[in-house]
Amino acid sequence: MSEKNWPLWEVFIRSRNGMAHRHVGSVHAVDAAMALQNARDVYTRRGEGLSVWVVPSTAITASDPDDKDMLFEPTATKIYRHPTFYEIPDEVGHM
Amino acid sequence: MYTQALNTREAPAAVTDPEREARFQARVDAELKIEPNDWMPDAYRRTLVRQIAQHGHSEIVGMLPEGNWITRAPSLKRKAALLAKVQDEGGHGLYLYAAAETLGVSREELVEQLLSAKAKYASIFNYPTLSWADIGVIGWLVDGAAIMNQIPLCRCSFGPYARAMIRICKEESFHQRQGYEIMLTLCRGNAEQKAMAQDALDRWWWPVLMMFGPSDRDSQHTDHSMRWKIKRFTNDELRQKFVDATVPQARYLGLQVPDLALAFNEATGHWEFGVIDWDEFKRVIAGDGPCNRQRLAARRAAHDAGAWVREAALAYADKRRRRSQAASAGSGEVDSGSPPRTCATRGIAAE
Repeated sequence: MSEKNWPLWEVFIRSRNGMAHRHVGSVHAVDAAMALQNARDVYTRRGEGLSVWVVPSTAITASDPDDKDMLFEPTATKIYRHPTFYEIPDEVGHM
Repeated sequence: MYTQALNTREAPAAVTDPEREARFQARVDAELKIEPNDWMPDAYRRTLVRQIAQHGHSEIVGMLPEGNWITRAPSLKRKAALLAKVQDEGGHGLYLYAAAETLGVSREELVEQLLSAKAKYASIFNYPTLSWADIGVIGWLVDGAAIMNQIPLCRCSFGPYARAMIRICKEESFHQRQGYEIMLTLCRGNAEQKAMAQDALDRWWWPVLMMFGPSDRDSQHTDHSMRWKIKRFTNDELRQKFVDATVPQARYLGLQVPDLALAFNEATGHWEFGVIDWDEFKRVIAGDGPCNRQRLAARRAAHDAGAWVREAALAYADKRRRRSQAASAGSGEVDSGSPPRTCATRGIAAE
């Protein structure tokens, strides 16, 4: 096909007040305004959102899955980072 | 149906990297999701691209038989519902194309494969919608069969496909219920309306059963797809589930399922049904169904008619970009595109 490809955009939607924007999918569009319009049409047909972000897919830097262990494994052994690691006597009450 | 692509023969791939392949299979067996950047066997990638693409094409072509009735819906309420349903199908096609694109195929390639008839779509959409009752039957049975097929796909091992299916299944439920309600209204109407409902069921019943694909006896691909947890149930298992769920619904409508062999087996608790005409199925898949040519011609015409819009949109975006660059160069400002107001997106899109 001889046509020039339309860039890809990642779509993030905030579903309710107070919630963070969440990745919901992607759309193709020639520019940011069209990406917003397409994201609204494709991903919010049933009141799913109060706010939409679109980000050029090429602007996202992702971690390499091969580095997963190196990056995330070390925290598995650091159980002292969790509140349940510490013993508090029952008499002290809820803390 | 929407998994008909999984019935195509995949050339047995040589194991190129046994160690990675074993690790991959272990992840699949442990019900962990495979994400686009993870290593995967070539055959897994090929199977998924073909399957997700054909599923997407089915949604897009599936807009045509129903679109046929938008302007002739019997009331404003029905028209609004049908418009919303057809719009959903378009949305489903887009979710699925996006999922396929994560595997390295471009949207343009996908569209080209559909228009050149290189890729297939679900056989069911090659049947004509002759009366308003067909719109009821499509929602009730075609979308009903789709749900049967798609619910297990929500647990598919490939993350983007599974996530698209979850979204789609939520929306399909409306499709099925609106279809059944159309049938109910017709069946509670006058004799002519009820006859219309029966006629639609007579024409669609067997093609709908074919949507689940060839019998397990004739389908060689189930093995691979099951081991990779793309598919969870065999064609015949899903077809049986569908028949068991649907026969009581037809009875409630007071309609006759057009199968003289249909009988309830007390021992198994299942409805037994007659023999499917697999020659018809093969003919329709091969391109010789009642509407194959018409459907492709409609898609090609829509694509060609939209060419100038796509070109104009790109030219307009280019022009605006050049103008904004010229303006910021003139005012001495550094143009950084449109700077994000927060950096809250960091770390979100690692999947």
